[in-house]
Amino acid sequence: MKQSAISVTGLTKVYGERKAVDNANFEVPIGSICGFVGPNGSGKTTTIRMLLGLISPTNGTGTVLGEEITEPEKYLPRVGAMIEGPAFYPALSGAENLRVLASLGGFPISRVPELLAKVGLADRGKSKYKTYSLGMKQRLGIAAALLPNPELLILDEPTNGLDPSGIQEIRELLRDLSKAGTTVFVSSHLLSELEMICDHLVMLRLGKVIFTGVTHELLASQEPIIVVKPEYEVDLNKLVKLVQDAGHNVSVIESAVHIKSPPEWAASLNRLAFEAGITLKSISPVLPTLEETFFEMTGADE
Amino acid sequence: MINVVIAELRKLRRPTLLLSTLATVTALSGLFTSLVFLRINSGGNTRRGETVTALQLSQENGLMYGFKLVGVFLGLVALCVFASQTAQEYTYGTLRNLLVRQPSRMKILLGKLISMQIFAILMVIFAGAVSIALSYLLAGRAKVSTTKWGTSHALHLLAQTSLNLLIATICYGLLGMILGLLFRSPISAISIGVLWSLILENILGAVISSTMKWLPAANFSNIGEGGSAAASYQHSLVVSALYILGGGAVVAILFKRRDVAN
Repeated sequence: MKQSAISVTGLTKVYGERKAVDNANFEVPIGSICGFVGPNGSGKTTTIRMLLGLISPTNGTGTVLGEEITEPEKYLPRVGAMIEGPAFYPALSGAENLRVLASLGGFPISRVPELLAKVGLADRGKSKYKTYSLGMKQRLGIAAALLPNPELLILDEPTNGLDPSGIQEIRELLRDLSKAGTTVFVSSHLLSELEMICDHLVMLRLGKVIFTGVTHELLASQEPIIVVKPEYEVDLNKLVKLVQDAGHNVSVIESAVHIKSPPEWAASLNRLAFEAGITLKSISPVLPTLEETFFEMTGADE
Repeated sequence: MINVVIAELRKLRRPTLLLSTLATVTALSGLFTSLVFLRINSGGNTRRGETVTALQLSQENGLMYGFKLVGVFLGLVALCVFASQTAQEYTYGTLRNLLVRQPSRMKILLGKLISMQIFAILMVIFAGAVSIALSYLLAGRAKVSTTKWGTSHALHLLAQTSLNLLIATICYGLLGMILGLLFRSPISAISIGVLWSLILENILGAVISSTMKWLPAANFSNIGEGGSAAASYQHSLVVSALYILGGGAVVAILFKRRDVAN
């Protein structure tokens, strides 16, 4: 059996009366890009902190890169992490902040310029961290996480504050790292981004793991939907009533009618709409996106 | 451990911190040494309005008057630096980065301690150099003979005073570090530390004079003085060590066990 980069069993963290993480069980295969998703307050950051030895679990066990999470000194030299946004010394330059962490971890200082270039900060490395924009801070956080040339990269919301081209760069970076053999465990609110890059998913809700497995298997297991757009928006309500009368669940999202039904019903729908005098601009049977699946599974309003 | 020390020294050597601290030390050392020599004929040129004469300043321990005066203030500067350098790891959220790169919390703590002691040594050497240079510079104007300042006994006294001031400065710094770890906020740690050392202890000592012998900052300062009639040097060393070891043990346990949740 292939070894897991991360494996947790019954992992639990209790704060007073509240269970921040409740009996979590999941595995992250080596070499995968694994998305870690869940609404705000679902326990993602608490789980990551337990994996990094920053907080101790109330119950449960786990391993990271084959070592027990109770002995983080055994695996952290091979792990890169950015937790809950970047945090650096404001009065130091970006490069000096990286040098501090490189010295601390015993990594070569010569990696600093290379990493700054990798995250697009080569020309701002000498600027003080406090002058950085949110996107630049985020990039520096990612550079810091890459310092150990990690076998496992744990990133908590790495694309926060990045513009679309920055998000695309990070996506490419994570893909390249994965191709080079790095396991990536990434939490993000940008589910469309995760859908594009993640081959595995761990989904949390109220501290409990509600899904863990292969992304495309999750999406394939969802009921397909038919997305229909009438030519005239005035026909939207009429179309909705028509579908409901036919016994299907329906929702309207941005002038499109989303219908939960088998794809083969699309032809019948087209005929019914024609008979009712509604011209359809488009009709396409699709699988739900990760975002739609996420809302369905978590019931979240994110 | 050496990695932690190097990383901490990188933070401590940043120009805004290093230069401002050395400028403060220079200003304080310069001010107090100047007062000793420039007010020599006006009376009250040293602590609590006492007067040190030109004859006294011409003795082998003459170089030490200005240097010793700055001792408490060196301690307070160290308290502020140590407290802020420790507590800001919590306020900036940088502690989590440190612990990911060096999971042994005790190594982090000891590395910080060693690097800040190096910083304290630098402060004391700098203060001493400024005070000595200024003493020689002002001696002529104050009609103080400097011939005895270069004897081997004078140098021995200077080394002893420097060591005492260094111990006192480190004790104050450790108090700052303990408060920084306890309160996890530079402002709280510094204000409580300075308020206690400068005001509350003195009020307490004024109300019940016998307590001064047992209060931390009073004993730290007494080490810097090389002991006094009220409390011997050895007594102050033991009391200070007890405070530092006791407080250090409490915060070390807290630091090791506390979840890093920010």
